Amino acid sequence: MPPRPRRPRPLSVVGTSPPRLEGAAKVAGTARYVDDLEFPGLLLGRTIRSTVPRGELLGWSMGRRPRGLHVVSAADIPGRNAIALLEPDQPCLVRREIRHAAEPVLLLAHEDRDALASVAVELRERPRKAQLDVRASRSFCKEILIEKGNLSRGFARADRIVEGEYTTGHQEQLYVETQGVIAVPEKDGVTIYGSLQCPYYVQKALVELLSLPPERVRIIQVETGGGFGGKEEYPSMIAGHAALLALKSGRPVKLVYDRSEDMLATTKRHPSIVRHKTGVRRDGSLTAMQIDVLLDAGAYVTLSPVVLSRGVLHAAGPYRCEDVQILGRAAMTNTPPNGAFRGFGAPQTQFAVEVHMERIAEALGIDPLELRRRNALRPGDTTATGQRLGADCSALPCLESAVRRSRFVARRRAIEKHNAKARVSGGPLRGIGLALFFHGSGFTGAGEVKLASRAALELTPTGARILVASTEIGQGTRTILSQIVAEELGWPLSRIEVADPDTREVPDSGPTVASRTCMIVGEILRRCAQSLKRALGRMTPRQYLAKNGPLVVTEQYDRPKSMHWDDVHYRGDAYGAYGYGCDVIELEIDPVTAEVRPAEVTAVQDIGRAIHPVLAAGQIEGGTAQGIAFALAEEVVMRDGRMANAQLTNYAVPTPLDTPPMQVEILEFPYGHGPFGAKGVGEMPIDGPSPAVVNALRHAGLDIRDIPAVPERIAGLVDSMRGAAT
Amino acid sequence: MRKILLRLRVNGAHHEVAVRPSATVLDVVRDTLHLTGTKRGCDMGTCGCCTVLVDGRARLGCLTLAAEVEGCEVRTIESLREGEQLHPLQSAFAECGAAQCGFCTPGFLMTCSALLSRTPTPTPEQVKDAISGNLCRCTGYTKMYEAIDRAAAQMRTEPAREPELSSREAVSGGSR
Ligand code: FES
Ligand code: FES
Repeated sequence: MPPRPRRPRPLSVVGTSPPRLEGAAKVAGTARYVDDLEFPGLLLGRTIRSTVPRGELLGWSMGRRPRGLHVVSAADIPGRNAIALLEPDQPCLVRREIRHAAEPVLLLAHEDRDALASVAVELRERPRKAQLDVRASRSFCKEILIEKGNLSRGFARADRIVEGEYTTGHQEQLYVETQGVIAVPEKDGVTIYGSLQCPYYVQKALVELLSLPPERVRIIQVETGGGFGGKEEYPSMIAGHAALLALKSGRPVKLVYDRSEDMLATTKRHPSIVRHKTGVRRDGSLTAMQIDVLLDAGAYVTLSPVVLSRGVLHAAGPYRCEDVQILGRAAMTNTPPNGAFRGFGAPQTQFAVEVHMERIAEALGIDPLELRRRNALRPGDTTATGQRLGADCSALPCLESAVRRSRFVARRRAIEKHNAKARVSGGPLRGIGLALFFHGSGFTGAGEVKLASRAALELTPTGARILVASTEIGQGTRTILSQIVAEELGWPLSRIEVADPDTREVPDSGPTVASRTCMIVGEILRRCAQSLKRALGRMTPRQYLAKNGPLVVTEQYDRPKSMHWDDVHYRGDAYGAYGYGCDVIELEIDPVTAEVRPAEVTAVQDIGRAIHPVLAAGQIEGGTAQGIAFALAEEVVMRDGRMANAQLTNYAVPTPLDTPPMQVEILEFPYGHGPFGAKGVGEMPIDGPSPAVVNALRHAGLDIRDIPAVPERIAGLVDSMRGAAT
Repeated sequence: MRKILLRLRVNGAHHEVAVRPSATVLDVVRDTLHLTGTKRGCDMGTCGCCTVLVDGRARLGCLTLAAEVEGCEVRTIESLREGEQLHPLQSAFAECGAAQCGFCTPGFLMTCSALLSRTPTPTPEQVKDAISGNLCRCTGYTKMYEAIDRAAAQMRTEPAREPELSSREAVSGGSR
């Protein structure tokens, strides 16, 4: 059992919702994003990309070159031509082999935008047959097998077997600020100013690419207009490009993508195909779960093995079952590589299991709500990897609260009555659906141990300054970390400052991903604050500094002693903590246009402790909107391995008109090793909406197993249903 | 490249700029006048990040040619606050959590200020309609509605603030 949660003590800063620290600059328009920065002698960069999904680069030719044009090709790379991440398979610039469309081949820079745009470049490419079908691909970059109990014993105990296949498509992060960096050449190295999530990832990549020692590659994150995972690994690529141009030209180079290039070239959510075969008893209890997960990795490995890992670790949903087998594979295709996107594999697999649960209830003729009540994880139960859950396992409380708040049972009955009439009259159909889900906070398995993140606090004359590489990308990092430190020190928030994430100033506190900033980095900082308090004793900061000189306390991630993980067999404590959530979504289907209008959303989520309730609710609302659109609207149309709708005009992200009112409730089942009990919150909200939407459509009579369920797809189903009714 | 000379009035100041005939208002305010609070999210009229006021009406800076606004009063996010005093919409956005990453925020604020100056007590439908051309990927819009309500309420209780145009005539040159 994990340690008992600390006794709650009265809190004065944590749990309040002051305006975010950089909020005034953001509303005043004075916050500086990368495209707002100017440098003397600045050049603008441009990327020339492959046009075929697979082939060989034979050469290139260039029309008239304006004076002052700088050109960089793979031959100009001083170090290794690879983006260092998990595998060194992805080149920074194509040398010969082309593995996907829009792969970077050449870089240009010029001081004048028009002159730069006027350069005509022709690539000579010899196309080869591309693998665009993930089901046919036999090249896997990762396979993971999770086994618990004995599958055949589980199936033997079942009264029924229910099978199903569920698929999800690509999804574009669509941060409103496109990717961008500025590289400034220095006497003996380079400085990068960028819109990015993980300064130390970029540093690691550039050290290899440029063959420079880390101290000569300085990465500074500037105000960042959203990330959602899209600025986890891709910034290493664009920063590499800008750095190469800057080093070759000897001048600062700005590389900011336009929307279309950003959509064509950068990573997206992995499409998935998930198959379930489940043994159930008549009373609804799950006896066996066999799950097969296939992800489309795209053309290079990037983060796919880890996305697959999170995907399989969430594939069984928040349900109890003793006999489980989960097989996951990530397959390579000739589409642009897929990568990190909020949820990181878990939205795909939990979509499948939650729609499958609905179908199990149908097969057994029992209430889907009862089915979930019967099987939901409870304290003391074990997950598919055998992790025993503590007192903070809150799946049932989330379910019950969401059902109560949304008046699920009464609404469902009313909607059924309404639909009986609508089927005859041809009026709009309604549906209500529910999804129960969970989400592990922090890195998978032993990942946090390997990261060994560090955070530091520096004493200032008036208080303390936070030194972390964790970035503010809209989620509120600066504010919540300051709250945690202020609370621990017993100081008002105004005494805490936050240093800019600059690899020259701050220690490596790991990447800003995986819902780990608050729970993991926040806890390290809380321990820093504890040490600082001890060092200060009864002295004020000013007194201390006068007597002893500067003080910086640094702490490192400390694995909870009870946590064990076996990465080879995928057994043990996969995550330090899990958040839980339940979404209820009510919607209406237009009988003519087959458009689906979400009418009301209830989202109940246990995040351990809301450090800042308003920001936490903001994460839930924003993630929920993205999740609904993942199910209904956001369709990436791939044609010959290339995104055919790489524009905001035909890729439908939710506008105010598409976004329903949301009722959010935060539950707090504290985690003993999180700061003041906090677990993660960033990713979980996107796990639930897509199955809740599809279950609501199912309630309305539409059998949907593939998303996005765009109107063209729904229209056929509505018609055939009407045909059957008349 | 051929340039045209335009006389523009932006945030109460006069500017004389030499720009390409195809330069948009967004190009001029960001690149020539270095008013970078106005954002470029798509450059195609689909995100609303570039919203500015032209004679009090919300217009997309990326779809409006600079030449079209000669003789008009252009206002950008930089002119929404008065000195250090934030506009009620700005304070409400900051307090309600309506700005997360903040990239869409200037566009929303300009759209909303046009709405509230014309319609001090908008219905929820009018608000939704007014902001329907602005995109936010972070917030799910819920907190924006809260903020707009709060600002509208505050502006009704406070005497209306007429935008004061500075009489100072700044003239600057620039090219793009
Ligand atoms: S930049 Fe003008 S609407 Fe997007
Ligand atoms: S706050 Fe990030 S796009 Fe709106």
